[in-house]
Amino acid sequence: MNAKPVLSVEDLRTYFYTRAGVVKAVDGVSFSLHEGESLGIAGESGCGKSITCLSLVRLVPQPAGQIVSGKILIEGRNILDLDEEEMRRMRGEVISMILQDPLTSLNPCYTIGNQVSEAFKLDSKSGTTKNLKQKVIKVLKSVNIPLPEQRVRDYPFQFSGGMRQRVLAAMAIARNPKILIADEPTTSLDVTIQDQFLKLLKEMQARLKMALVMITHDLGIVAQTCDRVAIMYAGKIVETGTVSRVFQAPAHPYTEALMAALPKMDEKRKKLFQIEGEPPNLLNLPKGCRFWPRCQKSMERCRYEYPPVIPIEEGGEVACWLCSSGEF
Amino acid sequence: MSALLELHDVYKFFPIVLSGVIKRKMAMLKAVDGISFSIEKGACFGLAGESGSGKTTISKMILLLEKNTRGQILFEGKDLSKFNAKEIMWYRTRVQTIFQDAASSLNPRIRICDIIREPLEVQLGKSLSKTEINNRMEEMSRLVGLPFDKLENYPHELSGGQQQRVAIARAIILHPSLVILDEPVSALDVSIRAQILNLLIDIQEKQGLTYLIIAHDLAMLKHVTTQIGVMYLGNIVELGDTDSVFSTPVHPYTRALFDAVPHYIPERVETTPALKGEIGDPINPPSGCKFHPRCEYAIDICNTEAPTLMQSGAGHLVSCHRADNMLDIHSNNKMEVSYGEENDSRTQQNN
Repeated sequence: MNAKPVLSVEDLRTYFYTRAGVVKAVDGVSFSLHEGESLGIAGESGCGKSITCLSLVRLVPQPAGQIVSGKILIEGRNILDLDEEEMRRMRGEVISMILQDPLTSLNPCYTIGNQVSEAFKLDSKSGTTKNLKQKVIKVLKSVNIPLPEQRVRDYPFQFSGGMRQRVLAAMAIARNPKILIADEPTTSLDVTIQDQFLKLLKEMQARLKMALVMITHDLGIVAQTCDRVAIMYAGKIVETGTVSRVFQAPAHPYTEALMAALPKMDEKRKKLFQIEGEPPNLLNLPKGCRFWPRCQKSMERCRYEYPPVIPIEEGGEVACWLCSSGEF
Repeated sequence: MSALLELHDVYKFFPIVLSGVIKRKMAMLKAVDGISFSIEKGACFGLAGESGSGKTTISKMILLLEKNTRGQILFEGKDLSKFNAKEIMWYRTRVQTIFQDAASSLNPRIRICDIIREPLEVQLGKSLSKTEINNRMEEMSRLVGLPFDKLENYPHELSGGQQQRVAIARAIILHPSLVILDEPVSALDVSIRAQILNLLIDIQEKQGLTYLIIAHDLAMLKHVTTQIGVMYLGNIVELGDTDSVFSTPVHPYTRALFDAVPHYIPERVETTPALKGEIGDPINPPSGCKFHPRCEYAIDICNTEAPTLMQSGAGHLVSCHRADNMLDIHSNNKMEVSYGEENDSRTQQNN
């Protein structure tokens, strides 16, 4: 792709200042996203994937969390330079987000119609009240809510889990944003409902030509919905690339181990490959490469120096000494 | 081989108050609606299904935490409902459980060593000396790979994987014959999940345990189980050897469930349409076959008559009026993906 990216993140660092010390939740993350493209950010809990996304909409919990350095360019503008009022206008109009748990994201005391219309009310161009109701019904219809004319008067508890998540999707796409962030949108849903929702998400993305950032710990979801993937480990992106390349020929030992550790539907039963140890404590990171204590291929050098990010085939990047020394 | 646990036509209804205080209107929530299966000694039986399908209610009935409305549950040939207090104590040494969320199943105010020791003290405290109990406790922590320096800690000081190891140690310290695992790894990260699954398989082989695993993660079930039952709204729709069910799923629901699982190989991503609708209402389930409103192959009879579990051409039990047709439909479509392999080393070992 040669067009300018809609979103580009350069060396983003988000730290949390706690009594126990500085937690480097996101520590030098860079990626870019083009119009209509979907990027999956995958990793285990605590690897910084959610904080990366909260940084993109500048909703990192303050004052503990601070975006320490880096740039987030949306259509060429660095959103870290915007004031709160300008940022508020960006949210929903240019960039919007679907969160993990639909029940806690919806206010139980207001009707669905009321809450969805809020998304339109922030829009300066929106029309009269009557017009508003029409818009709400239209957007609910677009996410396959049956009988939206009647359901707008219902409260969140009257909706099933899958429908609540679709309502949130409706709120997120209400004003045709250019970038949609979905943070583990299907973790609270059953497999068949997850399947429905992911297919709806793909369809919406194609229809509205949105760029999609999909945060998930489930690599299967990445394979199903994304064009490119970034694998995160302990606050850093260790590997990026097209989904087909990363899944078939993972370059980083962590990615490789993750793939091997997954039980697969279409494979003969055998003992699973296991990654020894546990993800590092972000307060007390190992020196050098963060994965080396668990890595089977670690070398002397990995212990002292963080490997440089080097480009590999199909526009991918990887941060590993193995690849830079040409052994891969 | 003899059956360790047998369920014969088990029902569980929960009464629900619909409205009114004096003149109450009641309804029955049919959580488990006529289920029979048996688990052989040394087997690893999996129950799959979406939330609300009744899998956890079954485990609660087996653990004597709920009483079945109708039907019989037999453990080593003895009827659970006829147990007296003494037999219940004995039964609880034979059957143990591991819950989904280790963090909330461990008492936050008790040290790890005491948590692991507790079942022994409760059950055999009179016949074992303190040192014997301590030895058993240490042996268990070695078996589950828990570092000794963590034994004096409290649960919150452990990571998720270690907490799950504690839960496993606590469950197996009495050397039970049946262990019920309710979503044992769904709360864990991918890299930890493989460790725990391998550990569970390892322990099963070492101690000769029988597992009943309840999970919604089909890929995991395929890896671990030898038999599997697929549940939908309180019924088992397909039951048989894991390999047979995964290689030739017959019931339309099983097939839809398998298709809904995301594949890890991008080229394999299929474009089968998503299953429409949502799981039915257990208070007022659909007539006939409970799956028929969501089934694309439904015919008139599915609307009126409930199918029963019957032997299908695929070599396992299926509850579908069109089981034979379904087999033809699948072979005509030349099913693109096969979900299993014919031979399987673990079943052979267990036999």
